[in-house]
Amino acid sequence: MANTTDTHPGHGDPPGADAPMNASEIQAWFVREVLPLEAILMQYLKRVRHNRADVDDLCQEVYVRVCEAALQEAPRSARSFVFTVARNLVIDEMRKEQVVPIDAVADLEALNVAAEIPAPDRSLIAREDLRRLQAALDELPPRCREAVVMRKIEGIARRDIAARMNIAEKTVARHITEGICALANALYGDGATRRRP
Amino acid sequence: MSEPVQQIRFEAGAWVERRDAGPLSEAERAELEAWLAQSMSHRVAYWRADAAWSSADRIRILDSTGADRPARTALPAILKIAAALVLTATLAAGAALYTRAPADRSYATPLGGHEAVSFSDGTRIELNTDTALRARMTTRERVVWLDHGEAYFQVKHNSARPFVVMVAGHRITDLGTKFLVRADQGELRVALVQGRARIDTADKWMQQHSALLAPGDVVLATTGSMSRTHESAKALANALSWRRGLLVFHRTPLAEAAYQINRYNREKVLIADRALDALPISGTLSATDPDQFARVLENIFGLKAEKKSGEIVISR
Repeated sequence: MANTTDTHPGHGDPPGADAPMNASEIQAWFVREVLPLEAILMQYLKRVRHNRADVDDLCQEVYVRVCEAALQEAPRSARSFVFTVARNLVIDEMRKEQVVPIDAVADLEALNVAAEIPAPDRSLIAREDLRRLQAALDELPPRCREAVVMRKIEGIARRDIAARMNIAEKTVARHITEGICALANALYGDGATRRRP
Repeated sequence: MSEPVQQIRFEAGAWVERRDAGPLSEAERAELEAWLAQSMSHRVAYWRADAAWSSADRIRILDSTGADRPARTALPAILKIAAALVLTATLAAGAALYTRAPADRSYATPLGGHEAVSFSDGTRIELNTDTALRARMTTRERVVWLDHGEAYFQVKHNSARPFVVMVAGHRITDLGTKFLVRADQGELRVALVQGRARIDTADKWMQQHSALLAPGDVVLATTGSMSRTHESAKALANALSWRRGLLVFHRTPLAEAAYQINRYNREKVLIADRALDALPISGTLSATDPDQFARVLENIFGLKAEKKSGEIVISR
């Protein structure tokens, strides 16, 4: 950490708010401050976009924009920054489409409320995470779960998993990759969109 | 927003998997660097997948090599909202001075049971496995006698009607709290998570001792002695995991873990080899599934688990 005006980790602000962050600081900040907002961000996007297929892409675009902005200047509050970016992005999308659904404006206003809701206690998030992880693990397709459990829980080497499951190592890698994607969605998503198409 | 996000996330997941599988070759490292350098979108997706896969460590059941990462278990929601007191009492036969006190209503759970009782004043009591208590809730007083077992109290505080728990000759007075009380063999354990509570006890010469508990304080009391220690919020939360039907172990000696799971089940786990007693185990397990416990010991620790006349005997 290049920053000398470091604040306490785990609090609302990135280290030395206002100063630009370097790449590894952004990664830490993104994981700590931004990712936990994904569920509520997705809920918001689905509401204002009426469940259009592009909400995952919009969510990703919000991430890209906040991280790029953080390279220039670290936002003081990740939460209000994320939602400001989301709001602007949604407005841009609506302009492009030149169609503004009647209730979209009202929903955009609701965003301000969303940004005001106090963030849930971190320890609650942690507890919820464990529950989500366990649920996500249970929901994986059987072969995929088998591979993930052997790799993550039992710590078995990929080659040995392949031998045990009597499949190619490449297939094990694909099972585990799918597991990683599902676990990420379970942990950070809003619990609605799962499996990749 | 050119590449579809699902595609990027899958590629990111594949890189995280590749790195997890073993050291990257020089060429692979360069390929990953190049992929990450391509766009912020790639980097963000990679960070997300990497963070998720690391978090999943928490579902790992750990071995005794010490290469573990403590499970981040947190306080139940209800505990964060209001004050809470965790109380564990271990009763020696005949030690309960108050057991003959009259009580209006009795509640009990069988082995492995879990029940909740709500009262008209808004107070709620959850009974864990093998628990018996009696409650007197009148307009003037609220008293609960915990005869044995464990219960979680969520008390609607009312200074005109104090809430008192009598257990093993000790009296716990709620001063605006929620709390958990456990009672199983010889000692009383009071752990305050949030808020305030007072514990009063009388030693064998009938001298009164009193302690006011602050969050994190743990009082251990037996008939005639009382000591105070401090515990982390995590440890206290783990003590409450039964409310979700789980037992959370963190470097818990095997003998203690077996004792804990045996509180919930008719089919007992017996550690046949004394040398195994101290083996530290970590993980989150179902309280009511001794077979799962046995499988973990077999699969992860390479121990032997044999069923013998209603017991699961663990040996090397």
